[in-house]
Amino acid sequence: MNELVRPSDLDRPNSYIGRSVPRPNARKLVEGSARYVDDVSLPRMLHVAFVRSPHAHAAILSIDASAAKAMPGVIRVLTGEDISALCDPWVAVLAHLKGMKSAPQHAIAIGKACWQGEAVAAVVATSRALAEDAVGQVEVEYAPLPAVLDMETALDASTPVIHAELGDNLTFQRQHEQGDVEAAFKASHKVIEATFHTGRHTGVCLEPRSILADFNRADNQLTVHHSTQAPHMMQGVLAKHLRLNEGDVRVICGDVGGSFGIKVHVYPDEVATCAIAKLLGRPVKFIADRFESMTTDIHARDHRITGRIGVDRDGAITAIDIDDRTGIGPYSVYPRTSAIEGNQVVNLCGGPYDFANYRAKTTVVLQNKTPTCQYRAVGHPIACAVTEGLVDLAAEALGMDPVAIRRRNLMKDGTYPRVSPAGMTFEGLSHEACLDQLMALIDYPALRAEQAALRQQGIYRGIGIASFIELTNPSPFMYGIGGARISAQDGCTVRMDPDGSIVALSGVTEQGQGTEAILAQIVAEGVGVSMSRVKVITGDTQVTPYGGGTWASRGAGIGGEAALQAALELKRNILGVAGAMLQAEPATLDITGGEVVDKASGQVRMALAELGRIVYFRGDTLPKDLSRELMVTRLFITKDYPFSFTNGIQASGLEVDIETGMVKLLKHWCVEDCGRIINPMLVDEQVRGGVVQGIGGALYEHCLYDGEGQLTTTSLADYMVPMAAEMPDIIVGHVETPTKESLLGAKGAGEAGTAGAPAAIMNGINDALRPFKTRVTAMPFTPMRILEALGKA
Amino acid sequence: MSAAVNQHSVDIALTVNGEPVSRRVEPRQHLIDFLRLDLGLTGSHAGCEHGVCGACTVRVNGVIVRGCLVLAAQLDGATVETIEGLSDSGAIRDLQDAFVAHNAAQCGFCTPGMLMAAADILDHQPEADRAAIREHLSGNYCRCTGYQAIVDAVETTLALRKGVKA
Repeated sequence: MNELVRPSDLDRPNSYIGRSVPRPNARKLVEGSARYVDDVSLPRMLHVAFVRSPHAHAAILSIDASAAKAMPGVIRVLTGEDISALCDPWVAVLAHLKGMKSAPQHAIAIGKACWQGEAVAAVVATSRALAEDAVGQVEVEYAPLPAVLDMETALDASTPVIHAELGDNLTFQRQHEQGDVEAAFKASHKVIEATFHTGRHTGVCLEPRSILADFNRADNQLTVHHSTQAPHMMQGVLAKHLRLNEGDVRVICGDVGGSFGIKVHVYPDEVATCAIAKLLGRPVKFIADRFESMTTDIHARDHRITGRIGVDRDGAITAIDIDDRTGIGPYSVYPRTSAIEGNQVVNLCGGPYDFANYRAKTTVVLQNKTPTCQYRAVGHPIACAVTEGLVDLAAEALGMDPVAIRRRNLMKDGTYPRVSPAGMTFEGLSHEACLDQLMALIDYPALRAEQAALRQQGIYRGIGIASFIELTNPSPFMYGIGGARISAQDGCTVRMDPDGSIVALSGVTEQGQGTEAILAQIVAEGVGVSMSRVKVITGDTQVTPYGGGTWASRGAGIGGEAALQAALELKRNILGVAGAMLQAEPATLDITGGEVVDKASGQVRMALAELGRIVYFRGDTLPKDLSRELMVTRLFITKDYPFSFTNGIQASGLEVDIETGMVKLLKHWCVEDCGRIINPMLVDEQVRGGVVQGIGGALYEHCLYDGEGQLTTTSLADYMVPMAAEMPDIIVGHVETPTKESLLGAKGAGEAGTAGAPAAIMNGINDALRPFKTRVTAMPFTPMRILEALGKA
Repeated sequence: MSAAVNQHSVDIALTVNGEPVSRRVEPRQHLIDFLRLDLGLTGSHAGCEHGVCGACTVRVNGVIVRGCLVLAAQLDGATVETIEGLSDSGAIRDLQDAFVAHNAAQCGFCTPGMLMAAADILDHQPEADRAAIREHLSGNYCRCTGYQAIVDAVETTLALRKGVKA
């Protein structure tokens, strides 16, 4: 334990930890002075646009670029073969996902295209408009191949195999069993089965994928301005596949216009852009348009899950059995792989509950659609919807209240650490405390009374409840052990400049969630200065400590702890110098408000600016052997648990119009436990944004394909996203169970909202529909599907 | 882009953020590209380029428009205001302060367009309640916030402006 700070000290009344302060970097956002990749222009910059396959599956017979090359402003037209001369393909598998297989993927397709939208050629021109003009003049001759579309038949003998070298269309399968599920079902009072679908959807970052790559031949240096979550991972990937050393690749990540997991993956067209920059020795920019975003950003959540739950007469869950199937497109996505989502479904189903017998299987198949991969809350919304849907069905079968059955089965507070039937280790959760707080927030009896009264008037309201767990602060058990060069460790350098200004450089990145703000809070608290004196720098592989970036809700818990430890060590070093200058024991001194003070009396002894002046400019006046290291780096990695799980519970209050099938969201509640809260406002806003993203998946968002594998939802007029008018106000409550793995005690908060919202909405709709003895289990719950369930469509 | 100018190009003279601007533009160039590429006003963003997301919302002759649905060539003699202009003049400083205070911006990509739409409420619907605010902002997509903080910020600013006038 740190001798300067105990966890309880972080709770002192005027601490920055636990205080809602505005983000220092929000001002530029409201003044239009943020800098996203497309706002950057470089001398001699070129633009690339891609020729994309109009077919879901087709052999590429020939590419004739002669007309395109004659177009104004066109510099070069490049094919897959051209790019492969300087860029090596990749295969996205992880060694710890036993038996997983995928095919080599090139930056630009060679020989055949495997989904509608896959890049088959690149046009480089002096402007984006001219590049796009010339794309239309590239003549590609295709021979269409049968497209594998239906995940249910992808493994049938009669279905064509997409990659002959793989032998079949199976990329990964895993079965987990704990206890004896069949015996438990036999002994159960009731066993209920249902099939759920979570519709294929996508992230729709408002800023499209964006990259600007510049290669300086003289320095052999590739500099990439990239809208990304993981600059160091991208540095490694680009170095490896473009045959450079990591030191020759610099990834700069400025402002990012939304990411949500979409921008943590390796996209072939982005790698191609870097290859083209290296080939031409000039800056090359690629900004996806919305059609490209819809067809080439990763999709997610395309699962069919059949689940069974067994319960005793008193409502105790006896067993859960899950059969999950998902179609991931033609390639597993590099380097995280597209098997993680299914694997998460296995890991997370039944997560909040205390039961003994669990079996889950996931089958991950290939198909000729846009590749899927990790998207905000990876697998959680699926596992939560299935689990909470089954629990509600069990309650209905028993005539039990949905809250009562949860109270009966939730893991009891104070029984941790413990291991779930899925094999997940929980350090400390608070399901019961969260449920209690939720009940108080929503006034459950009053809501039920109102619901009953309104039903008499033909108004059908529903109350949907969903408990959830969320995986955060991942260790190398997530990716590293499988061979992926993705850092679970993160680092922070904190230094004091001569005038007492503090600069913190962190390996985690700002995507709008407030990383830089919480790092400033932590560092200000750790050193003892005002937040206004702390400058936080992220997103530059040449400048910051090596780190993983933003994913799996790790920024506060891992990046934050590194920042706290570095700040505390800097404080120790400052006090060491101050002690020598003041002829005082360092232990009797402290820093508050940017001044060295006497710890006991609070009397000011010296301004940090004076200490800085002496150290930097008059070091000759200090004792020769005095350490004066005013710059400290600390690295942090979790070691005790593979993941730090959080938990919470959501409730949705809604109304179903049984004539139109429309769902009106009245109010939404979430009580969650992300450990120590650094900035309550930012946590609330993460929860709210996450809830609305979950609502999108539950009610509106769906990537729809026609019978030939053509995506029909390629604009924002066709792909519906949540807008302001339909969204409810969201009430957020907190329970704090800090992790003991770190001094800071923070767990992640970025995905809780998205994890639980779809389940709460589904249960709310089915609660409203209960008088009609019908239900919906296929997301999104469109008016048409609700009317079909009511027999009115 | 200057390289794209062809024989069909059009000369326009307009006022952008209070400054006179004269340029030759391609007939096909949208206002958002004109602002960003030709004038370097990168505060307004292209989100969908088909008129749905609202990230490119700017004012033309005092009315908010989609910068991706208006052609630059149409704007001879027009007055255009962007987030840069409103920030320089301080016209919506209170609204911007409220956005910061409520954390009504996360990634910030929608924010300039959202502020343009929100400022329109301040100017034309001083009595707007939360539902009316949500309705007016329903043409501006924000993936990050879930909208509540934005509604809070607009509601707060409306109340403060009323208080000042009263």
